[in-house]
Amino acid sequence: MEYDQAVPLKYVINPDECIYLTKGKCGNCKKVCPTGAVDYDQKEETVKLNVGAVVLSPGFKPFDPSRFDNYQYSNYKNVITSLEFERILSASGPTMGHLTRISDQKEPKKIAWLQCIGSRELNKCDNGHCSAVCCMYAIKEAVIAKEHEGDDLDCAIFYMDMRTPGKDFEEYYVNAKEKKGVRFVKSRIHTIVEIPETGDLEVRYADENGDIQIEVFDMVVLSIGLEADPNTVKLSEKLGIDLTQSHFCNTSAFEPVNTSREGIFVCGAFQGPKDIPESIVDASAAATAAGQSLTAARGTETKQAEMIPELNVKGDRPRIGVFVCSCGTNIAGVVNVDAVKAYAEKLPYVEYAGNNLFSCSQDTQDKMTEIIKEKNLNRVVVAACTPKTHEGLFQETLLAAGLNKYLFEMANIRNHNAWVHKDAPELATQKAKDLVRSAVTKVALFEPLEEAELQLNQTALIIGGGLSGITTARSFAAQGFETHIIEKDAQLGGQALCLYKTTTGENVKEKIVELVDEINGNEKIHVHLNATITSVDGFVGNFKSTVDENGEAKTIEHGVAVIATGASPFMPKEYNYGKDPRIITSLDLDKKLMVEDPSLKSMNSAVFIQCVGSREKERPYCSRVCCTHSVDNALELKKRNPDMNVYIIYRDIRTYGEREYIYKEARKEGVIFICYSVDNKPVVDIKDGKLTVTVLDHILRRPLEIETDLLTLATAIIPNQNEQLAQFFKLPLNANGFFVERHAKLGPSEFATDGVFLCGLAHYPKPIPEAIGQAKAATSRAVTLLARKTIHTSGQVAKVDPMSCSSCMVCVSVCPYSAPSIAKEGRFAGKAEINPVLCKGCGLCVASCRSGAIRHNGFDNSQIFSQIFTLSQVA
Amino acid sequence: MPKNVIGSVMVLGGGIAGMQSALDLADSGYYVYLVEKGPSIGGVMSRLDKTFPTNDCAM
Repeated sequence: MEYDQAVPLKYVINPDECIYLTKGKCGNCKKVCPTGAVDYDQKEETVKLNVGAVVLSPGFKPFDPSRFDNYQYSNYKNVITSLEFERILSASGPTMGHLTRISDQKEPKKIAWLQCIGSRELNKCDNGHCSAVCCMYAIKEAVIAKEHEGDDLDCAIFYMDMRTPGKDFEEYYVNAKEKKGVRFVKSRIHTIVEIPETGDLEVRYADENGDIQIEVFDMVVLSIGLEADPNTVKLSEKLGIDLTQSHFCNTSAFEPVNTSREGIFVCGAFQGPKDIPESIVDASAAATAAGQSLTAARGTETKQAEMIPELNVKGDRPRIGVFVCSCGTNIAGVVNVDAVKAYAEKLPYVEYAGNNLFSCSQDTQDKMTEIIKEKNLNRVVVAACTPKTHEGLFQETLLAAGLNKYLFEMANIRNHNAWVHKDAPELATQKAKDLVRSAVTKVALFEPLEEAELQLNQTALIIGGGLSGITTARSFAAQGFETHIIEKDAQLGGQALCLYKTTTGENVKEKIVELVDEINGNEKIHVHLNATITSVDGFVGNFKSTVDENGEAKTIEHGVAVIATGASPFMPKEYNYGKDPRIITSLDLDKKLMVEDPSLKSMNSAVFIQCVGSREKERPYCSRVCCTHSVDNALELKKRNPDMNVYIIYRDIRTYGEREYIYKEARKEGVIFICYSVDNKPVVDIKDGKLTVTVLDHILRRPLEIETDLLTLATAIIPNQNEQLAQFFKLPLNANGFFVERHAKLGPSEFATDGVFLCGLAHYPKPIPEAIGQAKAATSRAVTLLARKTIHTSGQVAKVDPMSCSSCMVCVSVCPYSAPSIAKEGRFAGKAEINPVLCKGCGLCVASCRSGAIRHNGFDNSQIFSQIFTLSQVA
Repeated sequence: MPKNVIGSVMVLGGGIAGMQSALDLADSGYYVYLVEKGPSIGGVMSRLDKTFPTNDCAM
C-alpha cells in the first residue's frame, strides 16, 4: 500500500521484492490474511477495450538531479529535492512533519532553495522550458518551513526570474518577502560544496552588486522541474501524436486539449508544465472535448442503478440493527467488539446486533442488506469509522434493502475511540458502548426524510460574448443544449479582436471571425447584443433573468449561468502616455502589426516597458500575459527590421512553460533585456522631439539612456465592473475585482453558488489557450449538472413550523443561502418558509430562531437531547 | 457528427487531471475506464504536503 489514505486502500505485492515470488519461499502473508485475499498466481492480462475517445493524462516526471554532478544530490545527504522536502513537511511523511535534516536529524537553521534545477537548462540537460510551478512551490515550502520552525529559520531562495503569474501568486510572493522574511537572491548557483565534518553546505554566489558571497546552509533544497516521462514519449509515438520541443503534447492555441490525432485528447502536465488548478481546468476541458465528440452516444454505455421501492415504515415500532465493525484490527485491536455487540443486543428496540470484520467491503454490504430484510429492520446503526467518508456507502446499503436512507446513524468508534485510546482498551470498550447507546437512542427517533426533486431547465445563459463566452456557447450547443449569449457591445469577439497573433502563430482575428460566423449560424445559440442583465431570480436549475436588449426587456429562463465577462486594458498615466504618439500600449502595437504599419520597418529603435500598472501597490497582481506578449511583439519587430534595436525593460521575465523558448529566441535575435526594480523605474523624456528612456543598468551599474522611435507600455489587465452581476448571482469578488471561484485549486471554473460557472479573464488575466481551456471547463462542469435532468437536494434541511413563527425575519437575515423567505400567499402568508432546494442544512436559522419555530430534519432537538441525556447516564 | 460512436472514454493516468476528467465524463453520461499504472490513484499531488493558498492538505 502506497500510503494510509491510498485509493483503493488495498495492499499489493511488489513482485520484485516478494520472497515467495522470487524464491518460492515464505508465503507468510497468505497464511495470516483472514479474508484469504492473497493470490500469488495473479498474472498480467491484456484487456481489449472499445472506447469512443481517449483522454491522456499521464502527467510528468519529476526531474532527477543526480544527473548533475555540480549539486552532488546523490552524495550529499543534506541536498534534497523539493518533492522530498514536501514529504519532510508532511505529517504523514517519514519524520511525521518534524523538520529535520537527513545527515544528523538536526533541526536546520538555514535552508537554501535553488531554482530552475532541470528547467531553463539546455547545457546540462535537454529542458529548455520553464516548469512553471517551481517558483511558487519553493515560496510555499519556505513559508511553511518557517511556520514549522519559527521566524528564526533563515530561508533563502536563489532564482533567475521570480515567476509568480498565477491568481494571488504575486501577493503570496510579496507577503513571503516582506512579512515572512523569506530572502530572495537573484543568482543561479553553480556548485554546492559539502563541509565533511558537519554536513553543512557551502554555496557561492554573486549578489546584486556583482560581489561574490559565500554562505553556509544546513540544507539545500533543489527545486526540480517537470519533464515529460520517457515512457509517455514512447506511448505518444505509438499513438502517433505530435510532441513539442520539450516532448510535451503539441496542441494549438484554439484547441488546447486536442492532440494531433482525432479522438485523443490531453490534459494535465503532459499538455505542458502546469500547476494543479490549470490541470483541473484542462481536465474538465478535455472531458468537454471528448464528450462533444460523443454526444450522440451519451448515456448509452452507462448503467442506471436499479431503484428498490422504499418500504413505508412510518409509525412502525423501531426495529434497530446494530453492526459493530472490527475494521480489521483498527478497532478490534483495542476495543472488545464482541462485548460491544453483546451490549448492543440488550438495548431498547435493538432486534439484531452483529460484528463485521470490514463493514465497508462489498460482500459485507450484501450481507447487511440480507440481514435488514430478513430481520425486518427499520433503523440501522453502524459502529465503525467516520460518517465523513462512509455515511454515503451505508446509506446505499439501506436503499438496497428498501429503507429510507435517513434512518441511519453512525457511531465513530474508530477515529474518536480506538485510534485515540490505544493505551486504555477497557475504557475504550466502555466508550464504544456509550457511543453505540447514544446512536441507538437517536436513530430510534428518526423519521424517513424526503428529498426534493427538481427539474433542471436545460438552457444555458452565458454572460459575455468574448472568446471565452463564444467558446462556451459552442461547446454547449455541440452537446445539444440551448444557449443564450448576453453581450454588452454591438458585436461578439471581445478583447481578442484587438490581438494580432497567438504565441504559437495563429491569426487571432481570422479565427474569431470564423467562430462568430459559426455562432451566428447555429440555431441552438441565441445571441443578444447591446444587452445587459437587469435582474436575476431563482436558483440552480430554474433561473429567470431579465435582460435589457437594445432598450427592450426580455426574460430568459435558464438552468445554468456562465460568467465570461472578461477584462479590460489598463490605461496608464505614467511614462508620458498620451503625450506623444510614439508612446503606445501593447494593444496599440498589435493594431500597428495587424495593419502592417509601414513605419515599423523604418524605425531604428523600439523599447518595451513591462509591468505598467501591474505588481504595484495599487494593483498588486501580475497580469500574466504581458511578458510573453512583449517578447512576441519584439520578435515581430525584429522580423520586419532585423537591424532595429529592440529593448525590453522588465522586472522578471515570466515566459512560463514552453513560452521560455520564445524568450530564448528573442535573446538569440538580439533583443536586449534590461532589468529594473519597482523603486527605480525607468524615466521617459521627450525633449526637442527626441524620445528617450533612461534606466539603471544592473550589470554596468550606471544609468543607460536609450533614444527610441517607439515606446510600448505593457499595461495591466483590469477587471470589468462586476459588482452588480456579482450581486445578482451572489458571487464573491476578490480585492482586485476579479471573481472568486469555488476553490482556488479544485474548483477553478465554478462558483460556490450552485449552477453558476466561471471562465476567461473574469477569473484572472490569461492568454488565449488558457481562456479557451477554462471556457470548455466551465461547460463541462455545467454539463455534469444538466446531464442529470433532475437534481435531488438533501433531506436534512431546516423546516418552519408556521404556527410558532413570529415573523421576526431573523432567519431571513442570517441565512447565507437565501433559503428562508416570508410566504406571500396561502394559509401561512406572512410566516417564514424555507426553500429546501436552497437550504444547505447549516442550522444557522435553527439556532437563531427566537420562537423555536425552526426544526432541523435529522438533527431535531428531541434527537440531540436524547443523545446527550443517554450519555450522561452510566450504562 | 458520426452517429455510430461509442459512449465510453478511456482516461490514461490517474493523477489529479485524470481523476477530474474521469469524474466530469462519468457525471456527463459517459462510461469511463480510468487506467493507472500504479496501485492507487492520486499521482504526484498526493505526495505534496499542503497546497497554496488555502494551506489545505493536498491529500
